[in-house]
Amino acid sequence: MLFAACANGRSSVSVRSLLNGVQMKVDLKQVEDACKELYIRALKLLPPDIKQGFERLDRDETDATAKAVLGTMIRNIAVAEDTRNLLCQDTGIPIYNVAIGAGVEVPGHELKQAIVRGCERATREHPIRSSVVHPLTRVNQHTSSGRLVPVINIDFVPDADTLSIEMIPKGSGSENNSWLKMAIPAEGVDAIKTFVIDCVLDAGGKTCPPTIVGVGIGGTADLCIHLSKVAATRPLGSRCADPEGAKLEPELSRAVNELGVGPQGLGGDSTSFAVHVETAATHITMNPVAVNMQCHSARRARATFTPRGLEYGF
Amino acid sequence: MAHFDFQMPVTEEQVRKLRVNDTVTLYGTLYGIRDATQIHMFDRGRKTRFDLNGHAVIHTAPNVRRVDKTDAAPCGYAPICIGTTTSDRMERFTRPLMSECGVRIIIGKGGLREGSLTAFKEIGGVYLAVIGGAAALETTWIEVIEDVDLDDLNPESLWRFRVKGFGPLLVSMDSHGESLYTQVNKAAREKRAAALASLGVKR
Repeated sequence: MLFAACANGRSSVSVRSLLNGVQMKVDLKQVEDACKELYIRALKLLPPDIKQGFERLDRDETDATAKAVLGTMIRNIAVAEDTRNLLCQDTGIPIYNVAIGAGVEVPGHELKQAIVRGCERATREHPIRSSVVHPLTRVNQHTSSGRLVPVINIDFVPDADTLSIEMIPKGSGSENNSWLKMAIPAEGVDAIKTFVIDCVLDAGGKTCPPTIVGVGIGGTADLCIHLSKVAATRPLGSRCADPEGAKLEPELSRAVNELGVGPQGLGGDSTSFAVHVETAATHITMNPVAVNMQCHSARRARATFTPRGLEYGF
Repeated sequence: MAHFDFQMPVTEEQVRKLRVNDTVTLYGTLYGIRDATQIHMFDRGRKTRFDLNGHAVIHTAPNVRRVDKTDAAPCGYAPICIGTTTSDRMERFTRPLMSECGVRIIIGKGGLREGSLTAFKEIGGVYLAVIGGAAALETTWIEVIEDVDLDDLNPESLWRFRVKGFGPLLVSMDSHGESLYTQVNKAAREKRAAALASLGVKR
């Protein structure tokens, strides 16, 4: 019963009251089970903000072919729900984003091992296609895992008693279209805007548009690329926390949708749901910009552990 | 814009009738093929026991379940979720697929390049667009996984599906030198300057 945990709502998490500031201890077996469940949920249930994004694009689209393509995509979402099937055949590279609250006690290394076990179990027990191979031998272990995969990002947040795990199956059609440009200060913001437009043109239909275009600005080369992924996988309707980055989002969104690439690169108004921007401080000599895209199957799922129990969402 | 129902396999004459923006629905046999399948076939000289002559291939690596062999699963695989992948990576295999194996139809997403368009024109073939990321729907068009070859490459094996109305699929590259991707790309690049100007880009 895939959604049993969801239907039951809550399950037990041991709570220790305020000793050394610790407000919640995490049960690693429960984390493992949740990480299995998250992968499967992400592959089957599209988040509500993406569904709303489809409704908006479908309403505003003026091209007949594009309208038909969007109609098929929307129908697919319903078929996946009705048949409890995967939305897309690409099970992606699994990414788990972990946010650990200030009062949460959890052994870090064991947490990572539990996540990997959950990911592997989803692959074997559902089963789903393992899309992960060794980069040189191309050998597939049929576990969706391998060296440093699943990708696990760990962050620490002030929420005292919350452990949150977000799962993103990142499809390769969009991931294969990723770019970094180490522009220079003299090229200014114009270089960033030009780069975004040129990336969308280069991607054409290969990224499975309509996409979310994620733009990373600043940082080091690796941080810049990471930010572009954070931007590409953010919920629709969210804004960049940096007001300067937020200012760029609507104008870039409008500009990329003027290009007419359209859904699946077959022409139309609906090239992207949105352009999202994330920023980081950078060096006086640097002006890096990275673009990472999320395909229209913009899948993600979230498990939130609190002293009140475990809840699934997006 | 016409619609065609094809019982597979087809002849050169049948595919040469297709023009971009026509639609096609396939019945009977459809083969599934992927990066590794074609690397092994065309770069490493591996042969398949399947006869692809006059057939359609879809760029895919399906989600399948191992089951006991029955009429519903004659090779011991049941479909879970079968869709498509980005075709562009497999561009250089179009010509050998056609000239060495006799393939007439390639199905995928995002389109292929000039080399494939030339091969379609010279040999007689088409590219049909299936909607990427709509695999739950496309799985309902597949009746059974009939057979599999080169299965050590799983999931990038060479799959033989029996399909019941696989489509409608859009003819997006034809044998007359027309490609919707080239048309859309050219039109989009012509809008680049205006898009940059609207963003206030000075040079």
